Amino acid sequence: MKLRQLAAVFLVMGFGVMFMTSDLMAKPIEIQFWHAQTGALEESLKKIVNAFNQSQNKYVVIPVAKGSYSETMNAGIAAFRSHNQPHILQVYEVGTQTMMLSRAIYPVYDLMKDTGHHIDWNGYLQPVLSYYEASNGELQSMPFNSSTPIMYYNKDMFKKAGLNDPPKTWEDLGKAAARLVASGVVEYGMTSAWQTWVMIENYSAIQNIPIASEANGFDGLDARLTINNPMLIHHFERLKQWMNDKRFVYEEREYKGPQAAFISGKCAILMDSIGAIGTLKHNAKFDWGAAPLPVEASNKEPQNSIIGGASLWVLKGHPKEDYQGIADFLAFLATEDMQILWHKETGYLPITLKAYEKLKSSGYYQKYPAQEVGILQLTRKAPTVNSRGIRLGSFPQIRDVMNEEIEMLWQGKRTAKQALDDAAGRGNELLRQFEKRSE
Amino acid sequence: MVENNPWLDAVTYTLLILVIVIVSFPIFYTLIAATLPLEDVSRIPMPLIPGNQLLVNLKAAWLKGSMGIELLNSFIMAAGITIGKISISMLTAFAIVYFDFRFRKIAFVAVFCTLMLPVEVRILPTYEITANIFGPMQNIIQLFKINTIISYLTGSRFHFSIRFSLLDSYAGLILPLTASATATFLFRQFFLTIPEELCEAAKLDGASPMKFFTRILLPLSKTNIAALVVIDFIYGWNQYLWPLLITTNPRMTTAVIGLERLIPQMDELPTWNVAMAGALLVMLPPALLVIFMQRWFIKGLVDSEK
Amino acid sequence: MLKRSSFSSRFLPYLLILPQLLIILTFFYWPAAQAFFQSFMLSDPFGVRSQFVWLYNFRHLFEDPLYWKSIGITFIFSFLTTMLSLSAGLLTAALANRVLKAKSAIRTFLIWPYAVAPAISGVLWMFIFHPTFGIISRLPMQWLGITWNPILNGNDALFLVIIASAWKQISYNFVFFIAGLQSIPKSLIEAAAIDGAGPFRRFWTISFPLLSPTLFFLMVMNVVYAFFETFGIIHTVTQGGPGGATMTMIYKVYRDGFVGLDLGSSAAQSVVLMIVIVALTLFQFKYIEKKVQYAG
Repeated sequence: MKLRQLAAVFLVMGFGVMFMTSDLMAKPIEIQFWHAQTGALEESLKKIVNAFNQSQNKYVVIPVAKGSYSETMNAGIAAFRSHNQPHILQVYEVGTQTMMLSRAIYPVYDLMKDTGHHIDWNGYLQPVLSYYEASNGELQSMPFNSSTPIMYYNKDMFKKAGLNDPPKTWEDLGKAAARLVASGVVEYGMTSAWQTWVMIENYSAIQNIPIASEANGFDGLDARLTINNPMLIHHFERLKQWMNDKRFVYEEREYKGPQAAFISGKCAILMDSIGAIGTLKHNAKFDWGAAPLPVEASNKEPQNSIIGGASLWVLKGHPKEDYQGIADFLAFLATEDMQILWHKETGYLPITLKAYEKLKSSGYYQKYPAQEVGILQLTRKAPTVNSRGIRLGSFPQIRDVMNEEIEMLWQGKRTAKQALDDAAGRGNELLRQFEKRSE
Repeated sequence: MVENNPWLDAVTYTLLILVIVIVSFPIFYTLIAATLPLEDVSRIPMPLIPGNQLLVNLKAAWLKGSMGIELLNSFIMAAGITIGKISISMLTAFAIVYFDFRFRKIAFVAVFCTLMLPVEVRILPTYEITANIFGPMQNIIQLFKINTIISYLTGSRFHFSIRFSLLDSYAGLILPLTASATATFLFRQFFLTIPEELCEAAKLDGASPMKFFTRILLPLSKTNIAALVVIDFIYGWNQYLWPLLITTNPRMTTAVIGLERLIPQMDELPTWNVAMAGALLVMLPPALLVIFMQRWFIKGLVDSEK
Repeated sequence: MLKRSSFSSRFLPYLLILPQLLIILTFFYWPAAQAFFQSFMLSDPFGVRSQFVWLYNFRHLFEDPLYWKSIGITFIFSFLTTMLSLSAGLLTAALANRVLKAKSAIRTFLIWPYAVAPAISGVLWMFIFHPTFGIISRLPMQWLGITWNPILNGNDALFLVIIASAWKQISYNFVFFIAGLQSIPKSLIEAAAIDGAGPFRRFWTISFPLLSPTLFFLMVMNVVYAFFETFGIIHTVTQGGPGGATMTMIYKVYRDGFVGLDLGSSAAQSVVLMIVIVALTLFQFKYIEKKVQYAG
């Protein structure tokens, strides 16, 4: 009897030690590439990886989807802490500061130099590179999927309301929206996806004003948010006013609601990432156009917009010979063919000027003019300290805070000034916390 | 039913149908979405009349990932978690309810507290221990400088290090999710309701505790086990974050992760029809399990002598 | 609680709890202890830099009025979610236990929704309730003339996440209630019927008290569920917004730890959360379990 008792307990425990290990294929050096792309984007990514794997036989890049951006980043961090890190980790743009300070990375600039790749960094789209450069101009991570916001408008509705060209300034936009609503063509004038990215980060870059001190955080961890400046306050007061007379409608922080509002004809103008082009192509049952984001009338030479998306970080702690493979892969990624493939399939920006020129001369942009709007907006001027990017710690949370406070404004619980003051105050608190953690 | 009351029956059925409509509306919605072509699924609002693209979408969903192996992995994981949870917690509950031993209360509280921190909240440390199951031992070795002491004592260089990773393994998928306060608690609740006479009788007959457990408690717990099998299997089946983090080998991917990959992201086409078809595929095994477990639910204890 | 008649054995009980103990020590208490230490530290996520800061993280937390607001929201949210899902589950189980026709079909339909993967159910909620493209907000709400905007109105958003969280739990509660109801001997009910008790009285005087262990189990489980396992729903439906109206404590832990990578503060919040829930659970065991009727 005792034996049977023991057997019962051991059966349960025996289950505890059941495990299986995966077998490893030996020959070529494996390069783990953890990313956050799913669906069609993952398919395109795999095409590039397969092309690289077939182009040589020394290295095999293994792409592994690790969920959303924050999930991928956490997976990378957890893995690094227990020495199982991948070679390449895709991290969203708001994680740039954390990655840079992590001491876990091998900067791409150094990697390329150390492995004998001579790269003409001037041949890249500068606003894309600058987002991921250290303050000394050395590239820290490889730009991968980069987008920028533009303005989409419903041409049919514009025509019905007697409007021709898309508005170039915010003033004109206000007038156009008023006309659209007053003429009964549409219920609301315009909406925006990713409001903090479009209305604060990009608005400021285009106006060439900083959103934080210390050159938007590039020069030091002691940066403070300056989003409660008169210009942004005025901008948000204006939006709030437009909201009251239906020229502007708030749909949500992200993109689904705003896109749905535009596609369903609830509003005539949408500000969203260039990544929305594919969706609009398929789902918008009307004639639509794309145009650069509006600027202030006083701004005769608008700056470049800034990017969003993600970049590829190379992690430390692997055998030396692996890094040659990683560098080869990153260089392969930047070749014209791959950039053209990536741009055509996903709509993300090509990162080299050569790829762009080639696309242009092949007549691609005559066929798809919307695809060029973002590139032109991004390259219309050389980036300044205010428009090269944003380098803030705890940036995902700062965006949360900005969203929360702006939502308070939309709800009428704060004035524009109060909302931006509070957002700056709470954001600065987060920045100080981050600074303290990074000591 | 004890008596006939047509009026009450009518109310019962009406209410039930109403609840079913509310509760299963999302499934209905999934089903409809899975039958539509891309243009219709992204119409606003989505039509509620089924289309004719079900097979096309199912095929697309099946082909996009490697659903076959993913379903198998999910099944192994879910079944492992279910069996593990139910067996270890039944034994625990048995010990807690039927034995008087010194750490009885503490044991229950210790098990119960595991409810309080879902894996998502303690993800880094849990990952670390799974990456090296002997991590705590390693820490102790470091803390007491055992390596240095032994080196000093023996006069030779000594380095002891132990590492065993459960990443990318079924054990890693299953074990950390096997502790079950829920099941332990439920069995405790249930064992407490079992009449004292049963145990007395068993003791008079000279039955050993384990015999009492297998011959009496186990059959009596049928309905509760059935409920737990359903709940725990679905719990294991629907795990997302844990398998996502600890598996990198594509052959260890589970179905829910495969499904997540079908869900359209920003910056790409909203192919919800394919995602929903994938959702149907992923939902099928738990649904079959529920249908299969029906028998246990309905019979349960009702017919047994009590 | 212990049976009046118990077995006595020196080693067997320890042997019986050993597997469970091994699992929880390794995969729960060790990581939890690390999280506990983490709450006294400030460190970067990669674990390169860390410093011991005593109670800084806690002090910082309690000085933040938004954290207090989040505690308030959590209690409202948990209370309403629990009440809603428990009563709906009990009602449904009681009804389903009465019917004779299509028994198994009805039960399958009531349990199956539980199998919907959280990833999908979160998305579905938005599909159904989104002010712009949601089917419910487009049709019924407009007919009824209700202004419904969970994107902008905090109360609507809180209402929405409560409904979504309770909905997910109805099937769960149903499963256990029906299992409990099935275990009630038919003879008892029949005896009461012979004594002339109507269906409602029978339910209240016989089924309900016999169900009390299940009810107690589910109450504890539902409170824990509302406190801990709802961040997935909040994440997909409102992300804590608008303006922090649905920022429950657990979602804040998740947001600060997982997205913000502020490990110290997130760990401190976990500790606070654990203290709150342990207190709440102790309360339930101490005061409410007294009313539970075990072995008759």
